[in-house]
Amino acid sequence: MNPSDSLPPGRLDRRTAIKWMMAAAATVALVDRLPLGAAPAAGPTGYGTDPDLTKPYHPGDYWPLTFTAEQRRTATALCDVIIPADATSPAASAVGVPDFIDEWISAPYPTQVRDRAVVLEGLAWMDDEARKRFGRSFADLDVPRQRTICDDICYAPEAGAAFKTAAAFFNRYRDLTSGGFYTTPVGMKDIGYVGNMPTPTFAGPTPEALKHLGLA
Amino acid sequence: MPIVTASKTQVSYDVIVVGSGAGGGQTAYTLAMEGVKVLMVEAGRNYDPVRETPMFQTNDQAPLRGAGTPDKVSGFFDATVDGGWQVPGEPYTNASSEPSRQFSWWRARMLGGRTNHWGRISLRNGPYDFKSYSRDGLGFDWPISYEDVAPYYEKVEMLVGVYGSNEGLENTPDSAPGVLLPPPRARAGELLAQQRAKKLGLPVIPIHRAVLSVTQDAATIPAKLHPGNPAAQRILAQAMRERAACFWATSCGRGCSIRANYQSTTVHLPPALATGNLDILPDAMVREVTLDENGRATGVLCIDKVTGEERRLQARVVVLAASSAESVRILLNSRSVRFPNGVANSSGLVGKYIMDTVGARLGGQVPLLENLPVYNEDGAGGNHVYVPWWLYQEQKAGRLDFARGYHIEFQTGRGMPGLGAATAVAGLTHGAYGQRFKEEARRYYGSFVSFAGRGEMIPNADSFCELDPTVKDRWGIPVLRFHWKWSDHETRQAAHMQRTFADLITAMGGKPDPLAADGARAIEAGGRIIHEVGGTIMGSDPKKSVTNPWCQTWDVRNLFVTDGGPFVSNADKNPTLTIMALAWRASDYLIGEMKKGNI
Repeated sequence: MNPSDSLPPGRLDRRTAIKWMMAAAATVALVDRLPLGAAPAAGPTGYGTDPDLTKPYHPGDYWPLTFTAEQRRTATALCDVIIPADATSPAASAVGVPDFIDEWISAPYPTQVRDRAVVLEGLAWMDDEARKRFGRSFADLDVPRQRTICDDICYAPEAGAAFKTAAAFFNRYRDLTSGGFYTTPVGMKDIGYVGNMPTPTFAGPTPEALKHLGLA
Repeated sequence: MPIVTASKTQVSYDVIVVGSGAGGGQTAYTLAMEGVKVLMVEAGRNYDPVRETPMFQTNDQAPLRGAGTPDKVSGFFDATVDGGWQVPGEPYTNASSEPSRQFSWWRARMLGGRTNHWGRISLRNGPYDFKSYSRDGLGFDWPISYEDVAPYYEKVEMLVGVYGSNEGLENTPDSAPGVLLPPPRARAGELLAQQRAKKLGLPVIPIHRAVLSVTQDAATIPAKLHPGNPAAQRILAQAMRERAACFWATSCGRGCSIRANYQSTTVHLPPALATGNLDILPDAMVREVTLDENGRATGVLCIDKVTGEERRLQARVVVLAASSAESVRILLNSRSVRFPNGVANSSGLVGKYIMDTVGARLGGQVPLLENLPVYNEDGAGGNHVYVPWWLYQEQKAGRLDFARGYHIEFQTGRGMPGLGAATAVAGLTHGAYGQRFKEEARRYYGSFVSFAGRGEMIPNADSFCELDPTVKDRWGIPVLRFHWKWSDHETRQAAHMQRTFADLITAMGGKPDPLAADGARAIEAGGRIIHEVGGTIMGSDPKKSVTNPWCQTWDVRNLFVTDGGPFVSNADKNPTLTIMALAWRASDYLIGEMKKGNI
């Protein structure tokens, strides 16, 4: 039996994470030497090289998810600090971004396996830091208090020495949150994408757009 | 005749075509329309773009928001099936471990091959491109000239449908009047680049792409393509009517269910199948060309991937169009007492002089494009304009430190957001998050531009492929081992590309990303542009080439290669249109030889 099978979800130890990472990274290099198409290293599999492209997918369809209830609370709170509701669009959690991040860190591919460790450790750090500063979990803080922590880690090049790792996590988490948000219909509308609509002709830039560029 | 299984193939065919992409599709089309009985053998599965293409799916409907993974390298919705830089169980190797000497080989295992996902850029080689050695003493001349190929460019453009314009520029051929479809209007970022490029001397003109900007003229084109053949005309007219014009949405890389762009599976194969002269055998991996005691090809030996059994398929003629490197592999694996080094290899040149395209890229951010009034910029699912190579005279005068040219492809505008839609915002704003992040994301979205150079590589003796002495694929077939080396001409060209793009972005009022330290770092690795050609080069001397000017192997009269293998040089122009033109030309010749009884 694979020792990692007995680990509770979300508590992937570093050794197992590294093993997955190595196995996934080795797939590319090793394929060259595998005799007669021997099976790649064991572990959760991805969606394969020929998935059905026309059906809608949901987190959890291909590989089991990771977040514990506690991790999910922190993840959701942080998503919504990064993308809060405003007059134009709702918060990230309203369009399923925490589910997407859970799907992402649970995937068996090398990039996602790397992010898994970063995100799980980062979420734990957020909670530890919240308890240290305010005696409560991150999700239980009000937004101004949440922001005092985030302000220390929101820009890695200017983060203090003690915050470097947390800042790297925050940066990655912000990318995942914004990417998860702006790829939804709500997010696409917010950011100004109005395509993916069949039209009989391509009209080109509007007079307003041309004027904006000084090309009218 | 239809898609068949191995047990349903006929006893014998006139022609076996190995491969179903641009070369195989065109060959099978031309032959079947003229009454030749063809069996097409494809290593991948059957694929139906009309049913399988994810046309309007958004990234949130895909696993991982559509991001690329080792299973789907170009993103979840990319059309490629069972392919990418690696095909499970079907490896290839590189002889060197040095990073600069790697070759990456993109394959697809599906009907239509790489034509299902390609960029549809369809540029003609110009007169210079066929006589490069005569112009600068490097590489080789083709045994044919632009005039030999021009009529076939015309035919292919009419058949597949190509938008673009005639500009009368040097070595950038015009098509005959009425052949090209009208080009779409330029997008805002493309227009800004066009205006600012003027003072740099860069001509920004409509690009040529195999996308129907309007429906094809089904009433007149079929008679031009198949004079004196009313049955073919009728079938083609019907096939053309079944293709819709572009509806200006969705990326071409997903394929096209309304058949508005060219892919072999929507343009070549439906009419070819409708003639009743074509059988298609998918899931069949060709191992070698079989020969009789006189050294004539008798067919192919393949592995039925469904049952794992070996099958012998018979025909009067064998045409390899498996992709240039895969065709090399089949030839080298066809070893016998008569041909100990592989078939058609008396010159020793099978696998030699493989080429890719020189690629380098640079992006930047353009403040003028921030907060651009919103409009739908999807357009034709790819470039609307480009810059053809413009420095022929400077090069001739010796003012450049590299020998051949490149063209520039554009990436501008507000495409459908992917995972990276707002990742640059954090850096630009020194760490914005929250309400401010949302405002900055709106401001910056669509303000990024990126330019990609696509340049000519000169063939060299250090870039070749051969059989790996030990590694075999899951079918027990020896695999290819690649050797690769760029010359200074390519790396200097890559550095020139980046400098040009930096100048252009600056001229647009933008801030270019940092340039690579030198050309060797700017250039993309071998094979990465997926313009794999050469390896069975054509020529007029059997000692110095693998095929004659008709893509017919010198050593075996009834064996042809109609993929990119016979390319003698790899002009900056993307190779697909030329592959199709040469395949049509070779097929016409083949039909003539069969009629004369020479084959």
